[in-house]
Amino acid sequence: MAATEREEGTERKPITKAEILPPIINLKPLNFFFDVNRAMSIWPITFGLACCAIEMMSVSMARFDIARFGAEVFRPSARQADLMMVTGTVSKKMAPALVRLYEQMPAPKYVMACGNCAISGGPFKFENQYGIVEGVDNLVPVDVYVPGCPPRPEAILEGVFAIQEKILGIRFWPRPEEIPSPLAEPKKPKAAPDKAESAKA
Amino acid sequence: MELTIANFVQIVIACLLIIALMVGNAVIMVYIERKAAGFIQRRPGPYEVGPRGTIQAICDSMKLLGKQLFIPGNVDWLLYFLAPVMAFLPVLLLFLPIPFGKYLVALKVDDGILLILAFAGLGVISNILAGWASNNKYGLLGAARAVAQSVAYEIPMIMALLAVVFMAGSLNLSEIVERQGTWPWQWNIVFQPLACFIYFVSLVGETNRAPFDLPEAESELTAGFHTEYSGMGFALFFLSEYANMLLVSFVCATFFLGGYKGPILDGFWWTFIKAYAVMCLIVWLRWTFPRVRFDQLLNINWKWLLPLSILNLWVTAIVLKFIE
Ligand code: SF4
Repeated sequence: MAATEREEGTERKPITKAEILPPIINLKPLNFFFDVNRAMSIWPITFGLACCAIEMMSVSMARFDIARFGAEVFRPSARQADLMMVTGTVSKKMAPALVRLYEQMPAPKYVMACGNCAISGGPFKFENQYGIVEGVDNLVPVDVYVPGCPPRPEAILEGVFAIQEKILGIRFWPRPEEIPSPLAEPKKPKAAPDKAESAKA
Repeated sequence: MELTIANFVQIVIACLLIIALMVGNAVIMVYIERKAAGFIQRRPGPYEVGPRGTIQAICDSMKLLGKQLFIPGNVDWLLYFLAPVMAFLPVLLLFLPIPFGKYLVALKVDDGILLILAFAGLGVISNILAGWASNNKYGLLGAARAVAQSVAYEIPMIMALLAVVFMAGSLNLSEIVERQGTWPWQWNIVFQPLACFIYFVSLVGETNRAPFDLPEAESELTAGFHTEYSGMGFALFFLSEYANMLLVSFVCATFFLGGYKGPILDGFWWTFIKAYAVMCLIVWLRWTFPRVRFDQLLNINWKWLLPLSILNLWVTAIVLKFIE
């Protein structure tokens, strides 16, 4: 008997797709109401893998403060969390734990791949590399990718907004390019044109 | 007390009002707590959801309502669903004898504080059930800690309250308030400062709040006894935690801070102001002190609070005897 063969009666069941039942009550305003609430309180799971996790910590502290958007409740238990921020390098040793945590989260759940490592392996992608999972989307479905090595805290905030936009189809907050930047058009010194005008007059 | 129809109606109405109070309190306290955390850490806290983040807590509860209800494998499902309900229901009973105002008492009983202390123990049973039923090692450890802590802190708490009961000569909460004057220097906190301090420390331990939140210490125990609860189960635990906080604050206000009496215009608003001042103090404590170790927690209790409270009781009794 070959080593790969299993004993009788212990064969693995073929992987099947979970059956998704249609909701019993399917009213558009009600769904929208719940979606707004879901978007406005995204609780991440306390979970960090490598250097990018430092940026996740700083996004919840003063200056950036993810709490402004109601997403600062880092839940230690996967059962109470909505968002999994994969911040950092996913090693092959860590992969089973990560998948398990993902499976423990209850249904409306979102995954954010933060940093180049979680997106594609980042700096660890080279020939004969043996220990790193190249991209967390090989393991779990990813909703939003936030690039950077590490991404700026603003980028992580932007990732949270992208998830909110994905839930709702609307963006609540103004886009960065819509906010007039103080640096874009340096104000002309006020005194100079006044003088020129008065000289003309 | 006879159970007439008028009585029955009164108690039912009181229960409904108390449920409204509990839910409203949870919504307000979640907001206050997160805002306070933000201000203490120099950040704005919830800000964008609703004007200044005021509807944040409502959004959170609605989200929890819409989460998947999850039963982990090998779980005793009856106990698993019973535990959050059991955490929530006894608190309802505990609010009945509290005198919110002179005439605003749901249940006028002669031994109100006995009722409160007796039924406060039921909350711990729900914690044990939650930890046991969820079949999770962290849950069970958290439940064991909750029991050890609760049993330990109940004793100095009772001793501290007993000193006040000696002074008033009654177990009736309204009577205890009546014995205190309207001005702050006529309140029991002046006559019984040590008892008040001991009560306050054990109140924090009793409600599992930081710095004594060992049953849910997330660095060691994930989330303690509610590790396996998602959605509404978790929300009910949260609700009952805040309701318990409110209850002990009301007892504190009644026993030590003069209840519904205040310098101007006696009334239920004074009870609420005082109780919420105590609540804010608890929130402030939580975001200021680091968590204690478990042996330190029990040492504080058995080596300091218990002997001190017994001494306090003794001195009170002797002084009262001499005054007579
Ligand atoms: S992307 Fe860069 S900063 Fe982030 S975990 Fe990888 S190496 Fe570290």
